[in-house]
Amino acid sequence: MTEFDRRLFLAGAGAALLGATTKDTLDTVTLPFGNGTRPLVQMPGKRKMILLTTRPPQLETPFAVFSESLITPNDAFFVRYHLSGLPSEIDPRTFQLKIGGHVNAPLSLSLAELKRDFPVSEIVAVNQCSGNSRGFMNPRVGGGQLGNGAMGNARWRGVALKHLLAKAGLREGARQVTFNGLDNPPTDGVPDFVKALDVDHAIDGEVMVAFAMNGEDLPFLNGYPLRLVVPGHFGTYWVKHLDEITVVDVDFDGYWMKTAYRIPDNDCVCVEPGTKPDKTVPIAGFNVRSFVTSHADGAQVSAARTTELRGIAFSGGDPVRQVLVSTDDGRSWQAARLGEDAGRYSFREWRLGVTLSKGRHAIKVRAQTTGGETQPLTASWQPAGYMRNVVETVQVEAV
Amino acid sequence: MGSGQQTAAVTAFVVVAALGVLAVFPGANLADRPAQQSSLEPVSFVMPEETTPTELADADAELVVSTCSACHSLEYITTQPRGMGEKFWHDQVTKMVKVYGAPIDQTDAEAIGDILANKFG
Repeated sequence: MTEFDRRLFLAGAGAALLGATTKDTLDTVTLPFGNGTRPLVQMPGKRKMILLTTRPPQLETPFAVFSESLITPNDAFFVRYHLSGLPSEIDPRTFQLKIGGHVNAPLSLSLAELKRDFPVSEIVAVNQCSGNSRGFMNPRVGGGQLGNGAMGNARWRGVALKHLLAKAGLREGARQVTFNGLDNPPTDGVPDFVKALDVDHAIDGEVMVAFAMNGEDLPFLNGYPLRLVVPGHFGTYWVKHLDEITVVDVDFDGYWMKTAYRIPDNDCVCVEPGTKPDKTVPIAGFNVRSFVTSHADGAQVSAARTTELRGIAFSGGDPVRQVLVSTDDGRSWQAARLGEDAGRYSFREWRLGVTLSKGRHAIKVRAQTTGGETQPLTASWQPAGYMRNVVETVQVEAV
Repeated sequence: MGSGQQTAAVTAFVVVAALGVLAVFPGANLADRPAQQSSLEPVSFVMPEETTPTELADADAELVVSTCSACHSLEYITTQPRGMGEKFWHDQVTKMVKVYGAPIDQTDAEAIGDILANKFG
């Protein structure tokens, strides 16, 4: 994030967190679910973040960061890896991005060539882990026990994948494009992390090979020197340390597409708790979500004056049309003011001034998209714990 | 951020503020902005130090520590919800062997599942 963005944002931000979660200390955070105490640690290129795992590194963004700016700073952006074989050194002078497979002319591009020989563009887009908020699933499910901080919004700069594929030339019968990075499995038995997109999606002009994030090189832990940006799609497709793009004439059946990252193939993307879906499909785009960022759960506000509630909303690309806020646990709803539109893949700020009577208030926030998608009032369930998007509730006490 | 960029950013802030423009974002389509500084130096990464979580630091858990930490740090285990049941823990070990090819023999796999179920329910 530039200082410019930060100052403008803070200038209008008003009173921020009046009462942070009381159990937190300088060294730990307690996420509000069972066994949720996590150390705060500092890894290279990062400020103190919530540690999920050390090897490979998995870090969650402390939620207060989302109140500071609509752009998530690079040093606070969440980190998620699957395989512990991280590259130990990457040399930008010798790094090559290879584009091959079912193409007319395979390419091998240096970073300099990538930046020089193709049109460069930017897009503001949210990246969110499929399992963001998994710790809140009820009943609980195995997997990375994340709070709500495995998401972030950044301004990505890079080359649209369509330009690279046009240069290489898709051959007749091209069906999917696969993406592999420099991170490797710890043993031969573990499937390498490779993801795939349909060709039509890959050449939509939005999918990008990004070399910069918020005006700087990608942090190592966010995929230096290149990562795939798939706007509106879950982070599993945003392959880090991207060095191999392969066009295939079949539906790619690697483990991380065929077996992992699958969701129930039904309208609610859910099943009865404790059961398994009959049929699954690969996870794809975000469902709509919204959060209160101005006040943490348990915050105290003054009953004597207007409290400005503020937060964020985002979707998988169908623009957020409306954010509704309830201060009475969902009995009545008011439309919040929406902030600047930085594009349909960005966090969208919302604000609403409310006067609260003395006592406790359950603040709820519910976003709706132009196409009519809205957040459910009760949480659904699926065995992998993906795609939680229930209406969030924050308890605030007016005194 | 280099000092030059910082100065530029501050200047931009002052100019924009003076004009009374309230946009938080300059907009999503910024392809004409000058390229940012990009270092040509190699970037290295050293995996951070690991500590054995206290829940697995006793003698009972020795087999878990020595086996599981071959591929991943042990917070993968200790951050899981409590009370998931014996089957959950045995299923996790089975997944490590069958899906991820962990070189663990049947006897050790059973023993690890039992240890984890005993500790974490």
